[in-house]
Amino acid sequence: MTRIGVVVFPGSNCEYDALAAVSSLGAEAEFVWHTAAHLDGFDGVILPGGFAHGDYLRPGALARFSPVMEAVAAFARQGGAVLGICNGFQVLTEAGLLPGALQKNSGLTFLCQPTTLIVESTASVLTQGADRGQELVIPINHFSGSFTCDDETLASLVAHDQIVLRYKDNPNGSRDDIAGISNPEGNVVGLMPHPERAMSTLLGSADGRVLLESFVGAPVGAR
Amino acid sequence: MNYPITVDVTLREGIADPEGATIERALPALGFSGVTRVRAGKSFRMNIEADDEPSALATASALAERLLSNPVIENATARRSSQ
Repeated sequence: MTRIGVVVFPGSNCEYDALAAVSSLGAEAEFVWHTAAHLDGFDGVILPGGFAHGDYLRPGALARFSPVMEAVAAFARQGGAVLGICNGFQVLTEAGLLPGALQKNSGLTFLCQPTTLIVESTASVLTQGADRGQELVIPINHFSGSFTCDDETLASLVAHDQIVLRYKDNPNGSRDDIAGISNPEGNVVGLMPHPERAMSTLLGSADGRVLLESFVGAPVGAR
Repeated sequence: MNYPITVDVTLREGIADPEGATIERALPALGFSGVTRVRAGKSFRMNIEADDEPSALATASALAERLLSNPVIENATARRSSQ
């Protein structure tokens, strides 16, 4: 059975949703406190949404110095599947595990709404089970979700097929409509939308399932 | 010696600053005209124990680069605080 670790920082608030979502897909999931020194025995790691360390200074700026982040970096280097959702995405960029940065939304408002995403690459642990061009309705819930990077980084993201998801109607000013990216190897993925909140049509959408099913089923060293 | 240091963190040129732009747009309604290029940022004050001012500023620059700013989108400058 796939074992997924859900990292909990002080201030995380989507860890139960993430745990429930991957558990419902048959994974064995457990919480990992942010002081953990290793991630042995896990097949995948999720950094959930929330406000790690209060989001003081900048979202993710203090969380990147939590002891577990060295273990996450080592896990990623070994090809382990790492997924950062919302605040988790911000942490991954601050930690340098993904390029770019997340800025305040262009409209300067907190956005909490369903968004339509387009699957741009299937060469990542999050999208390997989806189809290129597939549209998914998944909610966002953030104030600092506007992805930004310099021209060189954007060109590199395009060249290496690292843009995983784009917004159909850009809600937050993200550069090139980017909603989620991966590292060049495809085993580290970050996205602002919340697939763990789109697991049941009863709650609005089940489109998150195809993403988390991909992640839960991701073999180590996916690409 | 103990040096009072201020670190200013501002968005790099070319990085969109919706906060600064919003402030700039609000100013004419308050009767302030001719104010342009408003950029929002952060300022940090601290005291640094060091042998001399250059080493205090070097420490401030190092911690600003490592923690106070995100070099992907921000610049940080350290200076001695005015008393």
